[in-house]
Amino acid sequence: MAEAILDVQGLTRRFGGVVAVNDVSLSLAPGEIVGLIGPNGAGKTTLVNLITGFLPKTAGTVRFEGRDISAAAPHLIARQGIARTFQIVQPFSEMTVFENVLAGAIFSGRNGGHAAAVTMAHECLEFTGLDSHAGYLASELSLANRKHLELAKSLAMRPRLLFLDEVNAGLNTGELDAALALIRNIAARGVTIVIIEHLLKIIASLVSRIIVLHHGAKLSEGRPADVLRDPTVIKAYIGNKFAQRFAQTESANEATEEGRPSP
Amino acid sequence: MKTQQRTWTIAFGAALVLATIGFGVTANNFLLQAGTTLAMYVALAYAWNIVGGYMGYPSFGTAAFFGFGCYAGAIAQNAGAPMWLAWPAAALGGAIFSAVLGRILLGMRGHYFAIGTIAVVEVMREVSNNWEALTAGATGLNLPIVAGSPREVGMLFFFVMTAFAGFALLLTLLIARSKFGFGLRCIKQNEQAASMVGIGVLRYKVAAFVVSCALMSATGAIYASMVAFINPDDAFNILMSISVPVIVTLGGAGLVLGPLVGAVIYMVLDNFVWINFINYHSAVLGVIIIAVIYFIPQGVVREFVKRGSVLLRRDTAKAA
Repeated sequence: MAEAILDVQGLTRRFGGVVAVNDVSLSLAPGEIVGLIGPNGAGKTTLVNLITGFLPKTAGTVRFEGRDISAAAPHLIARQGIARTFQIVQPFSEMTVFENVLAGAIFSGRNGGHAAAVTMAHECLEFTGLDSHAGYLASELSLANRKHLELAKSLAMRPRLLFLDEVNAGLNTGELDAALALIRNIAARGVTIVIIEHLLKIIASLVSRIIVLHHGAKLSEGRPADVLRDPTVIKAYIGNKFAQRFAQTESANEATEEGRPSP
Repeated sequence: MKTQQRTWTIAFGAALVLATIGFGVTANNFLLQAGTTLAMYVALAYAWNIVGGYMGYPSFGTAAFFGFGCYAGAIAQNAGAPMWLAWPAAALGGAIFSAVLGRILLGMRGHYFAIGTIAVVEVMREVSNNWEALTAGATGLNLPIVAGSPREVGMLFFFVMTAFAGFALLLTLLIARSKFGFGLRCIKQNEQAASMVGIGVLRYKVAAFVVSCALMSATGAIYASMVAFINPDDAFNILMSISVPVIVTLGGAGLVLGPLVGAVIYMVLDNFVWINFINYHSAVLGVIIIAVIYFIPQGVVREFVKRGSVLLRRDTAKAA
């Protein structure tokens, strides 16, 4: 493995007596897509909040591209090249879609001057298919488009590492396919992606590695096929029913050599 | 299109400056006084608009920083400083004072911030009432009287105050078009998202607060030089903390023209009501203000622009 783009050691966060994230260590290689899964309340979003500086850490260190960012403020972490989307979309509601994306392009400070930032904002709108909505207020968008806006805003920051916190929740099947294609395209640009997702089918088809959190601690980690067969993961999160179905589709795929499991 | 707009803006600005000069030279003492008060409220409204309008933090602290400027200017002048020097000194003092206070106050949002700023006004008035060695307490402070006939002095302060209001307007124009102003608008709508895109939220908020409060303090210092006597109740008048946000809301918060338009409407209403309802002045003015804000909550300027653009749309529809 090449030198890690992100290296997390012993990350812990307590809320009073509750340990939301418990001694989590993980490492990301440049360019990989990693899935972060686990039951509700497992600490997935808290982990992202700790890494991106939105929550102070009780213990542990975070190194990004070799630099220690454990104690950095969220806006400084963002400017270094870590972007994130929020589980509950966070647009600047009374600004236009274009202005939202421009904010990412300008304040990240990673696009050079104003003209370059404007170009970048347009490019990201086009990339996410929002260019025809550029003049709308963010509050006028559908949920699917608001999720795309979160993506466009993050991309305009020219991130090296991107956390996607349930960007696909609440989307219908058609919207889902478009969103997945988009995520693949982002990865193709060389952005390292960590995706939090409850739809295991999506995870399995998208990522090269899965990390499972349970009660704030790392339960399992590895290739999707291995992790989703891990008995402890099945017991804690997946349940037997899905595990069987997943095993069936896997063996069917191996038999027919199809690219993706059919739904 | 854009150059045409710029030409109109410059023409409008030039007309405004010429009208102001013409008014200052020809107006009688009563009108000159009214014009100076208007200019003072325009300056305060522009100062408030930075924090209350662009950044969306509803401050009721105007009187605290205006009053701080009154006393800072008065103390500087009484220590021998010429008033031209006392005004920037008051602005600098206000900037330092608000930089310290802002770090505490701006940790609160919405109603909590509003209540915190009211508390600052009350604390300041108590301090000025009781710190007799510095402020002469409730007796108040006299300032050196400016030499010249009442008319000359009136004209001098009219031009100083309008020039300062114009400065506040230009500063607002600059902020509105800058990265700084864009950041403030982001903060107004979503602080978490703002820090996610890389905005140093606390630094932006404190900077806006400092600019706003320094403008208010300078206005207070000019006012103190003009009236040549200040006391705690006059300098830290909570009514000013209320009327300034009302002015900006009337005109349109977060707009370049909002404070100017709002101040003119407010002063016209105020004088109209004074003349016609002497006994019930405050009550009638209050009812009118509530009615205006109820029916046009976004302010007169936005309403005007909205109707204007509807008319334009009809024109283009006809043309097509």
